[in-house]
Parts: sequence; C-alpha cells; structure tokens
Amino acid sequence: MDWSDSPDQAAFRKEVREFIKSELPERYRAGNDGGEGFEGGWQGDRKSDDPTRRDTAIQWADALSKRGWIAPAWPKEYGGAGLTTIEQFIYNQEMAEAAAPMPGGMGVSMLGPTLIVHGTEEQKAEHLPKILSGEVAWAQGYSEPGAGSDLASLQTRAVRDGDEYVVNGQKIWTSGGHNADWLFALVRTDPEAPKHRGISFLTMDIKSPGLSLRPLINMGWKHHFNETFFEDVRVPVKNRIGEENRGWYVGMTLLDFERSGIAGAISYKRSIEQMKQFLATDEGKRFRREDWETVRLELADRAIETQVLFNFAFRIVSIQNRGMVPNYEASVNKMFGSEMHQRLARTETKAWGLYGNVWDPKSEHAPMHAEHVQDYVGSVPHTIFSGSSEIQRNVIATRGLGLPRG
Amino acid sequence: MDLGLSEQQELLKNAAREFLENECPETHVREMEEDEQGYSPVLWQKMAEQGWQGLLIPEEHGGAGFDFLDMCVLLEEFGRALVPGPFMPTVLGGAVPIMEAGSDAQKAEFLPKIASGDLIFSLALTEPSARFDEAGIEAKAEVSGDEVTFTGTKLFVPDANVADYLIVAGKSGKGTTLGIVATDQPGVKVTQLQTIARDKQAEVVLDGAKGQLLGAEGDGWKLLQPVIEKYTTAECAYLVGLSQMDFEIAVDYAKERVQFGRPIGSFQAIQHKCADMVTDVDGSRFIMYKAAWAIASGQPAADTTLAVNMAKAWCSEATRRVVAHGQQIHGGIGFTKDYKIQLYFRRQKRAEIAFGDSDFHREAVAQQLGL
Repeated sequence: MDWSDSPDQAAFRKEVREFIKSELPERYRAGNDGGEGFEGGWQGDRKSDDPTRRDTAIQWADALSKRGWIAPAWPKEYGGAGLTTIEQFIYNQEMAEAAAPMPGGMGVSMLGPTLIVHGTEEQKAEHLPKILSGEVAWAQGYSEPGAGSDLASLQTRAVRDGDEYVVNGQKIWTSGGHNADWLFALVRTDPEAPKHRGISFLTMDIKSPGLSLRPLINMGWKHHFNETFFEDVRVPVKNRIGEENRGWYVGMTLLDFERSGIAGAISYKRSIEQMKQFLATDEGKRFRREDWETVRLELADRAIETQVLFNFAFRIVSIQNRGMVPNYEASVNKMFGSEMHQRLARTETKAWGLYGNVWDPKSEHAPMHAEHVQDYVGSVPHTIFSGSSEIQRNVIATRGLGLPRG
Repeated sequence: MDLGLSEQQELLKNAAREFLENECPETHVREMEEDEQGYSPVLWQKMAEQGWQGLLIPEEHGGAGFDFLDMCVLLEEFGRALVPGPFMPTVLGGAVPIMEAGSDAQKAEFLPKIASGDLIFSLALTEPSARFDEAGIEAKAEVSGDEVTFTGTKLFVPDANVADYLIVAGKSGKGTTLGIVATDQPGVKVTQLQTIARDKQAEVVLDGAKGQLLGAEGDGWKLLQPVIEKYTTAECAYLVGLSQMDFEIAVDYAKERVQFGRPIGSFQAIQHKCADMVTDVDGSRFIMYKAAWAIASGQPAADTTLAVNMAKAWCSEATRRVVAHGQQIHGGIGFTKDYKIQLYFRRQKRAEIAFGDSDFHREAVAQQLGL
C-alpha cells in the first residue's frame, strides 16, 4: 500500500511535468481558452479552418511526437513510447493536472491497439503512421438506433461481393465523425449465427460513396455526435481486421493499456480547486448564493469522493501492474466516476443559485464562464455511454459477485 | 505506487482470519453480549500469544514493532469477526498514548504488560457534552509533581469495567492534561451503559482519582492528536472489515433465498444493491488505508489529518449504507435476533459515531480545504 512514487517513478513524473511546462502551447494552458471551451477538442482544432487553431494543434502534436508520446502506450516498434502501466498512469495524471489536450483520439486509444494485436502487417503499415502523425482521425461506428446497451444485436449488414463487402445500415452516436477521416465499425456478416458470432470489424474511408453523416445536436446545443448512414457502401475485404465473424472479440481487445480513467478523477479535483479559488475572490462571493452553508458541505463531500475515485482508478493500475486483468473493478470505477461527475456538476451549479440559469459563457452574469451549468447538462450522458450504470451494476453483480442472471 | 498488501501483511491477515474464525465464532460474539465483563480472558491471552496487543509496541518493550498500517490490516479482521472486548481501547487507548507521551520509565512500566496481555487500558476522553473538541474536556485536573488528580465525569468510555488503567484527559490551570489512572481506587466509579452494540461503554465518575502525570501539564491536547488520528483510522479499519462481512453474508443469502421460483439475487433490484455495497466497501477500504499509510509513512501533518478526516467521513456513511442494504436484502429474517446480520448492523453504529460521524468529519474536511 503506497501512494508515493518510487525514485524511478518520481523521475519520470518530473520529466513529464517539465515537458508540459516547456512545450504546452499558451492556448492550451488552463484558463486561456477565452471561455470558449474546446468545441471538438484537439481534433476540432486540428481540422479547423482557422490557421491559428490548426497550427497550435500541430505544434503540440509535434512536440509529443518527438517523445513517442502521441501514443505513449504503444510499443516502441510501432512508434509509441512503450511506457509501462505505471508510467502511463503517471503520464495521464500529469497531462490531466495540466488539462493538456491529448491528441490521437480514437485512433490512438482504440483502433491502434486493435491493429497492433489483430491487424496484418499491411494494415499496420497503412494506418499506424498516419494515426501517429495526426493525418488521419478515426471515429467509431458501433451503436445503432436499435443497438445501444445490447450492442451485440447490431444490424448494419455487410454482404460479401467478390473482394468487397457491401454495407447497408445505420450507426448512431458517432462522436467526432464530422472531424474524422476514417471509420471503424462493427457490422453483421452472418445473420444466422448467434449474435456475438456473426459480427465483423471493418475499417473504411469516411468519404466512401454511400457513406453519409448527419449531425445530431445534443441537449447542450453542441455538435459532438452524428448519425452515420450506409447505402451500398463498398468496403474492400482487406479492410477487415481479424477474421470474418470474429469482429466482436476483435473489438473487445484489451491490451495492457492503462485503463484507469484517472483523468476524470483529476479533472473533478481540479474543478473543485478552481471553484474554491474563485469563491475566495470578490466576484466569486458576489455570485455565490447567500445561504451557501449546505453547498459548502456538499463540496467537501465531492472532494472526498474525488479521493475515493482516485483510489478506484489507482486500483485498476495496481491490478494491471501485477500482470492481472481488472474485472468488476473496472465497472466499479466507471460507475462511481460517472455518478460522481453528475453529483459534482449538481453541487457546483447549486452554489450559484439563480445564476444557475445562465448558459452563455460570455455573459457578465455567468460565474466561471457558465462552466458548471454547462457541465450539469454535459454530464447527463456520462452514466449512459461506455456501459450504462445499470449495465455496470449488472456486470458487477453477475461477473464480479457471481450472482445468478435473471 | 501500489495498492496491494505486502507479503508480511497478507500473512498477518490470513493468520488472523483463521484464528478468529476458530476462536471468535458467532456464538462467542453473542455470549459476550450477555457477559458481565464483555470479553473472554482466555481469548485475550491467546491474542497476546499471537503478539497482537504488542503489534505496535517496540521490540525493546516486548512488542513486535510493526507499523500502523499493519495494525489496520489486523483490525480489518477484528471488524470482520466482530471481536468483543477491550483490544482497541487497550492498544489505541493505552499503548499508543503511552508511546506518544510517556516517559521512558512509564513506557518500561506499562508497555511490556500491555504486550503480554497482563494489563487492560482504555481512553477516558469524552464527557456528557459529547463533544470531540478541546472545549469538551471539562473534568478538572490538579497536578502535583508527577501526580495528577482528576475530578469530573467521563461518558462513553469503552471497557472501563475491566480496564486496569484509564488514560484520562482533564483541564488544569495550564490546559488539557493527561494522566494514567488506576481504576482500582475509591475515586473511580464505573457505571455500565446498555448500548446498541451491546459492547461495554461506561460512565466513569472521577472524584479525586489519582494517577501518574502523562506528558507535561497543559500539553494534553497536542499529545492527544496523533492518538485520536490513529484511533479514528482504527475505527475505520474495523468498519471496513465489518461491512465486508455484512456484504458477503448478504450476497450469499441472495444466492440462496428463492422466491418466485428463482434466487432473489437474480433480480436486478437486489443485484444493484449488491453492486452498491461492494463499491461502498471497497471505497471505504482504500480511503482508510490511505489514512493508515499517511500515518505509518509519516506524511506531512496537514495531509495526514485531511486523510484521516476524509476516511472517517466516508467510512461512517458508506458502511451505514452497506449494513442498511444488508438488512433489506434479508427481508424479514434479517430483523430477528437469531439471524446474524443484525450483529453487524448494530455494531456499525457504534463505530460510525466514535470519534465523530460523517457530519463532524465533513465539516473538518471543509475547513481544511479552505471552504
């Protein structure tokens, strides 16, 4: 039981911290976004028409790239830094403490690892370098209108025709699809097989004929995700990763990538600290509700919860570091973190009383650029995506505790 | 950075679990609820032979010289087994204050006898005001040389009925002052309370009770801080073990109990409660160990205090949720005296409110965070 760094860990942490201090562009330093936030994140910047935004994104990515830190978890032979689990944890922690954007997106975090394990040499050679360079951004096509929690029931159909698949169907919640160049998708190649065993993993150019995206505006008026339509989209069979009808298992690839989600715990801790600092100012006191005693104690509770969440994240890393695979612990982590996020947004918004109405970050009536009010809405899907809280509890109970399925 | 037990800690834990399963079964726990002394001297001696009373005591005084984190590993097992009796009062309320504040002579006089199981101690701190701050200490202390005389009333003193000595906190002209007071004297009158946990807590009326001065006159509150932090964290360790067992019993019951033609654990409502229980137990475990680690590894004082307050704030409330679910999952049978789950529910409350509950520690956290 040790929450402190070993000498090696401390040295690595120092290295990351100093790198961030010297290389992180001004624009990305905390509080410098002029209250705009990051519509589309780093990838939005990367694809932006605005040359300043685009160049800053490239500059930061280049600095990281020199260290192999675009994909720090990938093996060195694939252009990563081959960091150990604990090193990844430290790296992620430090990046989160600085609120530094992490370029790479789905390509680095999901498609890359899948390719490294299941891809052919040709596929790796085609895709991995462009993920690292940022030239190609990836989006994930998994969920469908009829396949959310029950993802394996997906229906988007891929029919073999010579050396191509012909794909028809629809995906939904395609995050960042509008900024992406390529899509990886789970499609049904055998409708007769049991549902998990009739799925294949395909990659395709988003500009393929027949593939179209339609924006879905979320309840926070933001365009993050899309619907994706496939009308006779032709995808070369050589774009399939892994064997036909083994796609579900390909998609579940778990490498020893650090899966703690520590960034969440740290961002919530930072949020409380920033709020505390603001409340100490005259402006903060002006916005703060008169009867704030209850909220004050709720904030203390939220601070305690960030510790609990940190430990849950730390536990994942600790398990992985011992060469084992987290089981129900990952579900506990996700469930607790997502629900805590919502509690935090609720508590922080409460502090402003009626000012909890103000949505516009630029308004003079917006405490802290309306960030908490926006987070109150933005946090709504957190208990739904990546396995809803209900599903997580089912998994904990059945897979973790051995309770019988209903 | 690691969140697992060391090999030595695993050995300690496994040995303790096996020992307590044999020596402290449910029947013993129930017997001690009705027993006048509330503990078994035979079991007490066996624990001393295991080296447990002396676990924290330095080897030079007959102990094992383990650290506080190790002690919390052991105490988790005590909570799991609901061990009755004056173990925590003796170790945390007796050995620890003497190790923190005692003279060399006092350490030599008392620590070996605590380690050997020959002496039972308890901490007489709280009073009828039921406060946890320095202002709550109103008992009067009069110092004369190495001797201190106490007059006042202490309340909620654990195991005072069997303690050989009490560590008493009183107020002299110079401030809070501590003393080691033998219970076997006319000026110490112990009256038992009947408690929810059926443990032995007492009102202790001190009337010119004489004892050895412990630490300098007026230094008492300062000397008590590390003691209180350790004792508070120890209560968290006990709560973790208690709630872990409550949760295991509830999950087992959910797998066994059949209604509507299927185990009730196959219904989502029950499954979700179990998922919440394991989250609360695990959350409690790690936040408790963080505090224990901070104490054992000598982290900066402010960080340690914050860790302790956070641990008690969380564990007090989280374990309450766990035992509440434990009762609910059992339905009617859980409400009977004969079924065991109620043993955990009642004892959770005692530990929850010892050294301050969630509200108390949440306020402390808020203050430390500068809110």
